Amino acid sequence: MSILIYTVLTLSLIGVVAAAVLYGVSKKFHVEEDERIDSVATMLPGANCGGCGFAGCRAMAEALVKEEDISGLFCPVGGNACMSAIASLLGKTPAKKDPQVATLKCGGTCDKRPKTTVYDGAHSCAIQASLYTGESTCPDGCIGEGDCVKVCQYGALSINPQTGLAQVDAEKCTACGACVKACPRHVLELRKRWPKNKAVYVGCSSRQKGPLTIRACKAGCIGCGKCAKVCQFEAITIENNLAYIDSTKCRLCRKCYNECPTKAIKLIGLEPLAVKTEEKQ
Amino acid sequence: MKTFPIGGVHPHDCKEFSKDASVEVMELADEVNIPLSQHIGAPAVVKVANGDKVLVGDVIAEPGGFMSAFIHAPVSGTVTAVGEKVNAQGIPQMMVTIRREGDDWREDIDRSSELVPTCQLDSKQIIEKIRQCGIVGLGGATFPTHVKLSIPAGKRAEFLIINGVECEPYLTSDYRTMMEYTNEVIVGIKILRQAVSAEHVLIGVENNKRDAMELLSKCLTQCDGIQVVPLKMKYPQGGEKQLIAALTGRQVPPPPALPIDVGAVVCNVSTAKAVYDAVQKNKPLVERVVTVSGRDVKQAKNMLVRFGTPVSKLLAKCSVEQCDKQKVLLGGPMMGRAMSNLDAPVTKGCSGVVVLTSKEASRCEQKDCIKCAKCVEACPMGLEPFMLYKLSKRSNWDLAEQEDIVSCIECGSCSFTCPGYLPLLDYIRLGKGRVMANIKARNRK
Repeated sequence: MSILIYTVLTLSLIGVVAAAVLYGVSKKFHVEEDERIDSVATMLPGANCGGCGFAGCRAMAEALVKEEDISGLFCPVGGNACMSAIASLLGKTPAKKDPQVATLKCGGTCDKRPKTTVYDGAHSCAIQASLYTGESTCPDGCIGEGDCVKVCQYGALSINPQTGLAQVDAEKCTACGACVKACPRHVLELRKRWPKNKAVYVGCSSRQKGPLTIRACKAGCIGCGKCAKVCQFEAITIENNLAYIDSTKCRLCRKCYNECPTKAIKLIGLEPLAVKTEEKQ
Repeated sequence: MKTFPIGGVHPHDCKEFSKDASVEVMELADEVNIPLSQHIGAPAVVKVANGDKVLVGDVIAEPGGFMSAFIHAPVSGTVTAVGEKVNAQGIPQMMVTIRREGDDWREDIDRSSELVPTCQLDSKQIIEKIRQCGIVGLGGATFPTHVKLSIPAGKRAEFLIINGVECEPYLTSDYRTMMEYTNEVIVGIKILRQAVSAEHVLIGVENNKRDAMELLSKCLTQCDGIQVVPLKMKYPQGGEKQLIAALTGRQVPPPPALPIDVGAVVCNVSTAKAVYDAVQKNKPLVERVVTVSGRDVKQAKNMLVRFGTPVSKLLAKCSVEQCDKQKVLLGGPMMGRAMSNLDAPVTKGCSGVVVLTSKEASRCEQKDCIKCAKCVEACPMGLEPFMLYKLSKRSNWDLAEQEDIVSCIECGSCSFTCPGYLPLLDYIRLGKGRVMANIKARNRK
């Protein structure tokens, strides 16, 4: 019986001493943390995708609370609604950005871009890009091994088996930018998201000269500049034999689409402009 | 017999196809494309313009930095273009195009075959001459030779090691160079010794090239200090660090340490021949011996080819059209790279063109890692390839750096030996590139 009593007493004593030590330590090494960090962190989407440039949502929350001026901080996943809610909690002015969506700037489908070689190495775009042009002769196009698919946390990307290209599900895309960073060929771009995901963009990244581009891919941009001439909003620039439509200036008028000889310009959710028959004649 | 202590594999040497084919002079191409980046380091800066007339040996591009090399016109004629052309991997690269007219050489180049055995120049003059002639390491790494020979202050070259190993299967260009230009190679070695004032000179040759060893030893009897060392066959013995370990027993520490830190300078036998041509004959590096070989190539050849000649022309010369050519490699099967554009030019680093049949070329289906550690056993750098592969696959660059991924020499022994056919080297090479870029970015800060 006495053994039992001693055991209980000893253990209780240890418990009391340990509690006292822990209490002392917790007082001495107490870290003053802004309570707002926790509440801001819960307001953020919690995906830890890194789209804001920080390692995770908690790091972003700390920065939001700490920084005086938060106009440079933006969570692309939460968007304007999330940012303004956080800003009103903190009493700061939020950054405002148009919603964006990842867009694939390559139209080199299997039928447009013939394969000239066979690749049977490691299934990674980065490795294939470091070795050679890939199975076609275009040095700038989508490789289709799916490095972007692997990094997308939202399931917005997939490789279309028919075209051999990556495709973006605009509904699921949060514009975190992980795919843009992962793509070794830089064929993915974050562009302004229009209502109903309408878009006009140049579906090509080839910086080669026109004849070389066309030899590699029938859907390539040859940098002829016709689109830039008809654009009334100065949204189109030609650089390195490649047209680029600035999505912030574009008004979706689609005149460029009608001009494009190779149909490298793509329309999404839009019908081409009706061509008047008199004008044609 | 000596060899390097850790790792290594034993691929079949496949040298029988082209071993006995003596060096043929390849006819000149009508148009050559000369890339401005044929060496490790900064690309050369072009010095000619459209329409310029050039003679063989005229400088067409100057070094773009300390770690860079001169490039000379390999044919005489008119420059027709300076611009981007696709290289062997299909990627656009800056090249100078020359349309050939005749074969006129610069006048101060001695083209006679007479041997000039003595050299009166001092070390500085020799190195400057080598720089002016655009010599780079012809073993494949294309490291500018003048940089290698410029010994930093406080260091001493105890050993000059001449690499006659040629451990890559199929390739026989170094072997033929040793057999046919024996005396030139030996004079070249003596010049190299003069340049770095080395105490010991060792020529490492694997024992599948006995006749080359005997020939070299026979020609060497009267001069002291140069020793031909037979080595046991093992891949990658021709790697700089492996050869130093095999011949001297010294281990080069991980990068950024260089062979000179253990007192060794390593040069290839073909480089020694090029050094002879440069210093004694004033002849810049405009041509090299290239092996064209393969299991199904009926007329495997060793050819003396001017740079810029399209590889397709070499293949036509060896009547490769009729044979099974699933994959054409620039370099050997272990470290060479597959070509996607056969019209790409022969460059300074191209020691051979290997044609693989469909049976040899295709990779087997990839299975899972069974932790057999065969790759660890095979790695000549003492790394753990299976681990580096995994870290690379998970983009864990920090840990990969700790595991010393930058020490990898990309020899491919791990992929060669893996029973699961994992693409080990592919991922390690990717990781090595990323880690090196990270280190560079950090150093810049």
